[in-house]
Amino acid sequence: MLKISRDDRQRVSFNLNGKKVHGWATTRMLLSDFIRYEIGETGTHVGCEHGVCGACTIRISGRAVRSCLSLAIQVDGMDIETIEGLTEKDGALTALQLAFRKHHALQCGFCTSGLLMSLSDLFNRKGKPSKDEITDVVGGHICRCTGYAGIIAAALEVASQR
Amino acid sequence: MKPQNFDFYRPNTLEQTIALLSELGDDGRVIAGGQSLMAMLNLRMITTEALIDISRLEELSYCKETDKFLEIGAAVSQAELMDYPNLSDIQPLLAKALPSVGHFQTRNQGTVCGSLAHADPSSELPLCLATLGGEVILQSTKGERILSAAEFQTGMLQTAIREDELIVAVRFPRSLTNAGYAFSEVTRRHGDFAIVALAGVACNGTLRLGVGGVAGQPTVCEWEIEPEECDEVLNQFAWEMEGVDDIHATAQYRRQIVRKLGRKVLEEAKLCSK
Repeated sequence: MLKISRDDRQRVSFNLNGKKVHGWATTRMLLSDFIRYEIGETGTHVGCEHGVCGACTIRISGRAVRSCLSLAIQVDGMDIETIEGLTEKDGALTALQLAFRKHHALQCGFCTSGLLMSLSDLFNRKGKPSKDEITDVVGGHICRCTGYAGIIAAALEVASQR
Repeated sequence: MKPQNFDFYRPNTLEQTIALLSELGDDGRVIAGGQSLMAMLNLRMITTEALIDISRLEELSYCKETDKFLEIGAAVSQAELMDYPNLSDIQPLLAKALPSVGHFQTRNQGTVCGSLAHADPSSELPLCLATLGGEVILQSTKGERILSAAEFQTGMLQTAIREDELIVAVRFPRSLTNAGYAFSEVTRRHGDFAIVALAGVACNGTLRLGVGGVAGQPTVCEWEIEPEECDEVLNQFAWEMEGVDDIHATAQYRRQIVRKLGRKVLEEAKLCSK
């Protein structure tokens, strides 16, 4: 049985965007903070820290989840993907990112990394999602700039090309 | 915000988990998906001396069909249950209610049993359990207890789980032949906590309605009646729950939802039963 005392710092390592990374975490360190401050990948944003705003959404084992509602010590050994790993191998933007740019699906960009991680999970698993499925996924995010219309349009365009 | 400090345990077996719970007593809290618990810890609405992580326990990561029940282990996520083969045949109410549980992103991580343990009055899964008459399996070093939904959830965020007990699984009754099921809820935005959530079952001349979000726990009532004749009993039912005004809605508005949407849900359940 693993036991970590509140005074200890535990070595945590996992695959981040296909690369093995590690850092040190206290028991209460949130995964979102670990990714930003221990690993130094700041594309994952932190908004409400109670699972409502969706800014911190990442993928664990392929599934979009809130990184503020996980502890760093819970994901030791797992496969994690963040916005930094989303682009193609040569650095080119994915179809979803290109559609976001085309449809003005972002303005300030704070919610964008989370939205892209959620929608990429949807596209990976559903192939050609319906508008209802897209709206349901986007409903888990708060965007204060766009009014969501551009985000839905971008996702629908990607769905229609599949 | 960030949670206060705690010790962290990840037992390797169910046996270790319940031994640890018995040792820690009310100093220990179980975390599975953490989609309710982590939010409460982050907001410091609760604190704990120790967290016990059961999310990796293989023994609790199962769904099992028996003659009467669909049994779901404590490590199974809401998304995994949604993807369970033929769920809409095995228990249509679950298939209809699950898309309204939290968001896509929280369903990916949040567990079915965790939602029951959290026992929010407007949560969909406790409502389904109460309406269907399911049961919860608890385990401690002293043995196993099986509680009915009504025995299990005792009030707002209150359950009958003892401090040394772990929810190991929940059993939802399978769909009955000739039965129809319906679900609906009123929320400000999809994925929010429901202002009122309603689950209806129509079976062999009886209508059953479960209501969440009005009283401290899901409330269920059953009548031998046709949906067209139910206005009076629904009105009485709406008053009996003694809902109160809060920031989301007035008690009067909630009663009105029970009357109007309650009837629609019962009508839909009746239609599905044919």
